[in-house]
Amino acid sequence: MSKTVDIHVHHVTRVEGHGNIRVRATDGVIEKLEWQVPEAPRFFEAMVRGRKYEDIQTVVSRICGICSVTHSLAAIKAIENAMDIPISTQTDRLRILTHYGEQLESHILHVGYLVTPDLLGQKSVVPLVGSHPDVVNVVIDLHRLGNLMMEKLAGRKTHPVRLVPGGFAMLPTAHDLRQLKGELVAAVPKLEALAEVVANLAGGVPHFSRETEFVALVNAPTYPFYHGDVGTTDSDEIVSVLDFENVVNEYVVAHSTAKWSKWHRDSYMVGALARFNLNADYLAPLAKKTASALGLEQGCCNPYMNSVAQVVESVQVVERSIELIDEILTAGIEYQRPEAIIQAGCGAAAVEAPRGILFHRYEFDENGICVRANISIPTNQNHANIQKDFEEMVPQIIDQDQDHIRQQMEMLVRAYDPCISCSTHYLDVEFV
Amino acid sequence: MAKPRIAIFDLACCEGCQLQIVNMEDELVQLLTLVNPVEWREAMSDQSSNYDIAIIEGSVTRSADEMRVRDIRIRAKYVIALGACAMQGGVNKLKNNFSLQEVKKEVYGYAADQAQFDTFRTKALAEVIKVDFEVPGCPIEASELAHVIKCLLTGRRPKLAEHPVCVECKMKGNCCRYEYDEVCLGPITRAGCDARCPSNGFWCFGCRGILPDANMDAAREAAALHGKSFAVLQSKLELFGSE
Repeated sequence: MSKTVDIHVHHVTRVEGHGNIRVRATDGVIEKLEWQVPEAPRFFEAMVRGRKYEDIQTVVSRICGICSVTHSLAAIKAIENAMDIPISTQTDRLRILTHYGEQLESHILHVGYLVTPDLLGQKSVVPLVGSHPDVVNVVIDLHRLGNLMMEKLAGRKTHPVRLVPGGFAMLPTAHDLRQLKGELVAAVPKLEALAEVVANLAGGVPHFSRETEFVALVNAPTYPFYHGDVGTTDSDEIVSVLDFENVVNEYVVAHSTAKWSKWHRDSYMVGALARFNLNADYLAPLAKKTASALGLEQGCCNPYMNSVAQVVESVQVVERSIELIDEILTAGIEYQRPEAIIQAGCGAAAVEAPRGILFHRYEFDENGICVRANISIPTNQNHANIQKDFEEMVPQIIDQDQDHIRQQMEMLVRAYDPCISCSTHYLDVEFV
Repeated sequence: MAKPRIAIFDLACCEGCQLQIVNMEDELVQLLTLVNPVEWREAMSDQSSNYDIAIIEGSVTRSADEMRVRDIRIRAKYVIALGACAMQGGVNKLKNNFSLQEVKKEVYGYAADQAQFDTFRTKALAEVIKVDFEVPGCPIEASELAHVIKCLLTGRRPKLAEHPVCVECKMKGNCCRYEYDEVCLGPITRAGCDARCPSNGFWCFGCRGILPDANMDAAREAAALHGKSFAVLQSKLELFGSE
């Protein structure tokens, strides 16, 4: 009797946005294997045309609720690049600190609320409230801390208010920063507890490796999220963020409202694992220790380990935030009103979203009105890599039970921490 | 109503409003003792076609989604529009300033006509189905959603603020944004956010929607007094789907 595998996961759950998985196979012969993105396209690059420069970050922040700080910062950096708007050291430090808050919030949300249920054999975090209250409490505390950082520094947990071209619409007080520092110091043992939980569950992480290209910001000797240029594990070349279109090489595929990307090979991966593979040498001490305790090594090609890399990065951003607050407090907070002299120009910027490198480009006329925009989202840089992982992994497990295959595939998609509503808007199509 | 079954759905949006539900943290854990979540794709793998309350985030931009919300309407006793995208179309309505063919071409080039890029003019939820309750904002204030659900559980009718953001802003003692040579929509935008943006050094951009009986004359006057044209005010109004 022939064995048929027919999987159609309509709207993968516990991810941001809508993605489908389609597999059809008879007697181990795969006839169809597709990662589909049916998210409703929203056309942001077209919509921001005609908008004043000062409204851009407010609009594009709404590309994604989970990486709204990153989108705002990428837009603001690109606007500042286009109009030559100078930035103070204080602004720079406060932005990085705000951005660390988002990394922490998003990573904990992903690892704690979305991935852990898989490793504990549950369909959501809800049953864990009863069965693993200690774990859930640690996750809630750390998640709340990431939110608190964004609230104190940017005025709101989601969709920042204070981040504007030229600086901050309102500054935090020294009291706010000291309070944050206290919470960050108290978070270290909680992170250690979380790392221990993850270490104990690591046996549940599927063993699957596929050599691929990893792409992230590089800025030696730091582990960058906000500054730097584009590095790759496929060559020593470092590409200026101003030339990002030469990295992302976007193209359109059927069944997907998100564009796909490739650089040196058929696909590449962005996100925590990519950043780790490129920059692990520059991790802070405790983050480095956490990586080795979790068995994460540079050169790791198991995409499921992206979630583990996020735990390491959570430690990294907490360690660095404590140092950064000391630097800001030592320098003293000085009132600075953001100023911008409007001029025509074109500018680009890159910032690491929790789920990978994000690029924004804008062109403005002499009145500061946006005439053109181009945005390249991390999740869509990952789509091709997810498909290639499927093509290598599914034949290895095709003899197994259909539910198991489906679960491994859903977990793979989830490991990439996709942000699919982000990934469905682009410009500058390159067809292959 | 005994432990109502709640389902959460999303259309074209950033899912930031659902994130505010997650951000309720332990308050959410308490809320879960009062309601039974049966479908919430962003956070759970469970699915159901049987629910009492449907919470819908996002705007309607495709025929497939229009059919989906009509189906949800038939199944649910109550439909709650969650956030600006569902309530008034939100930033998604900026698309309606252009022809559909033009926006598709701008974003997807000569692949614009492929079936997967099918889109129509952005509609708020109430333009497609009957909406029972609304939770305004971009993103929502979680406390307002909690209020709506508590009202439903206790048989009361939730009520939104009917005064403008200006009132809350004055009560907080903020200096008016017009004094900073900025254009602010506080005089006509629905309150309930505790004047969050002006209290953080930024103008109100109207994410909670314009009040049904907004005093447009006062807004016009405030703008004129500070040398701002009504056209600038209108352009800001467009940002979150108000007209």
